[in-house]
Amino acid sequence: MKDDLVLRVVTKLFIPFILLFALYVQFHGDFGPGGGFQAGVIIAAAIIFYAIIFGLPTTRRVVPDWLVETMVAAGVLLYGLVGVTGILLGGNFLDYFVLGATPVAGQLRGIFWIEVGVAITVSGVMLKTFYMFAARARDE
Amino acid sequence: MMVATVTVLARSRNLFAVIVLSGIYSFLMATVLVALDAVDVAMTEAAVGAGISTVLLLGALHLCRSDEAKPLQAPWRSLAMAVATVGVLVYGTYGLPPFSDPQAPIHRHVAPRYLNDSVKETGVPNVVTAVLASYRGYDTLGETTVVFTAGIGVIALLRRRGKQREKDAA
Repeated sequence: MKDDLVLRVVTKLFIPFILLFALYVQFHGDFGPGGGFQAGVIIAAAIIFYAIIFGLPTTRRVVPDWLVETMVAAGVLLYGLVGVTGILLGGNFLDYFVLGATPVAGQLRGIFWIEVGVAITVSGVMLKTFYMFAARARDE
Repeated sequence: MMVATVTVLARSRNLFAVIVLSGIYSFLMATVLVALDAVDVAMTEAAVGAGISTVLLLGALHLCRSDEAKPLQAPWRSLAMAVATVGVLVYGTYGLPPFSDPQAPIHRHVAPRYLNDSVKETGVPNVVTAVLASYRGYDTLGETTVVFTAGIGVIALLRRRGKQREKDAA
């Protein structure tokens, strides 16, 4: 579908808004519906959309494999790290109260970082699965 | 409309039609979830169910034939099994409290504390996020680990296959 002018232009117009919406869902999750999982899925969907229109090789240049694979592990590590930081600062595992000056500030900071972790892992896994399937389809 | 979609879905032998229909089913399901005020779940259903899994199924379809093979025997046994399971599940729902009953046990255990104190204790106005990320932080860590493990599993299965083919070619 690389040669279709309409699809190319519409894709280029849409993707920034999809990514922006993902960030909105991520960081506005404290106030409205949404959170890390949803944001991660939307980010992955945007990149898969790009891959469908522009082809897998182009997408692999934009979002390389090593980055995706790092994302898969980095999200869980970030989540665990927030938990361990709680222990180091004198609380229990995943205890956010000690992360900030006041308990509420600590909670906000903890929730923010674990949501980031969830988003990174989810979008990494979705993208990696898609890459794997798409690459197989192209080989055969 | 969902019943019609599922009926056509079950009767169809063309796998491409099945994939498209299951995408439609996911969007209808997302609409139902919005009607139930579960916007988070609706968002996930629309993105994962209708978007990403449709793309993945199409990718898988590219690898195999697009017509479903004829089953070896008539599926009466599976049908009986499914009907029996549905019967047991429906019988089980009679033991549940009525839908949206405020006196149900689930609404009287920890839910009042979450609803009343979560803003004070976590500073997050969205109760869903507060429960998910703070009160139930362990569960969400487990959930993230499950997603991580699934991803690792896919990598382990598919990548080895690719390397072997390279070795065969060389």
